[in-house]
Amino acid sequence: MSIESDANLDQELHAHGDTHGHGSMRSYLLGFALSVVLTAIPFWLVMAGPPVTMAVAATIIIAFAAVQILVHTVCFLHVTSQAEGGWTLMAYIFTAILLIITIAGSLWIMYHLNSNMMPGMTPGQFTETP
Amino acid sequence: MAKAKAKAQVLPDPTFHLVEADDHAHDTGGGTLLGFWIYLMSDALLFAAVFASFGVLSTSYAGGPTPRDIFELPLVALNTGILLVSSITFGFAMLAMEPGRVRATQGWLLVTALLGASFVSVELYEFGALIAEGATPQRSGFLSGFFTLVGLHGLHVTAGIAWILVMLVQIGQRGLIVANKRRLMCLGMFWHFLDVVWIGVFTFVYLLGMLR
Repeated sequence: MSIESDANLDQELHAHGDTHGHGSMRSYLLGFALSVVLTAIPFWLVMAGPPVTMAVAATIIIAFAAVQILVHTVCFLHVTSQAEGGWTLMAYIFTAILLIITIAGSLWIMYHLNSNMMPGMTPGQFTETP
Repeated sequence: MAKAKAKAQVLPDPTFHLVEADDHAHDTGGGTLLGFWIYLMSDALLFAAVFASFGVLSTSYAGGPTPRDIFELPLVALNTGILLVSSITFGFAMLAMEPGRVRATQGWLLVTALLGASFVSVELYEFGALIAEGATPQRSGFLSGFFTLVGLHGLHVTAGIAWILVMLVQIGQRGLIVANKRRLMCLGMFWHFLDVVWIGVFTFVYLLGMLR
């Protein structure tokens, strides 16, 4: 199987000539159509007033954003396991991991810092502490 | 599987890794494209840090305005639409570039630059309205984070517009030579990358802010 797909890939790379890495009309239009839908639904959800609880609405919005980022990555940025011998994908995954650690880590730490430290900082409680 | 075996017998030297991709890269400067990609990824980390600080400060209103008080979602939806359309018009420029259609490439690039300029104008209008209301960056931690994050993205878009204008001059002077094609591919990655960052901005700053 791998031999066959490699042979196909080889042809594909040659057919692309000197500007490999660009997309096709199909991938751009598909990406655009998907993006419009994936953008419109979260905006509608918030602007029309969410019919579900805030937490559910927030989860749906974040899920749509994650899917839309993937759509843009594949259809517009053309990151695939084949592009640049897989190095763009590797760098992309590495960055995504660092990004999640930075953002989720900051939010997690600061949330606990706030919930543990803030009561002691309020003037009323300050006088009560020995 | 049987088909694959038959092919294996035909091919004189079956390779299981991408030997072509490396060779191929030399004529367009694949090293440049990969290097530019690494820059974009480090830029993404810069945005991650700013997103994280906004996230930490996003409820520090200091008695000032909350997202519900100041955000105009129709304006944000308009801006999101503009940026999304500019992404596909840049895609059309890339498709016109491939067969070397100079006029069409320049036309689509110009449309993209104009859409980018409208995006920045709407954003500046929004900033102006906020500052006029007293929602300045100095007002609260939330507003400092907001102006830093959205402003940083806006600065990137402005830089992208300047780059498009430079490329219009370059193409006008030298045509779609290999070096210009390579530059346009880097510019394309940059432009689409900014659209990806904007997905994070409208989701985490505006939409989730309005839900809070």
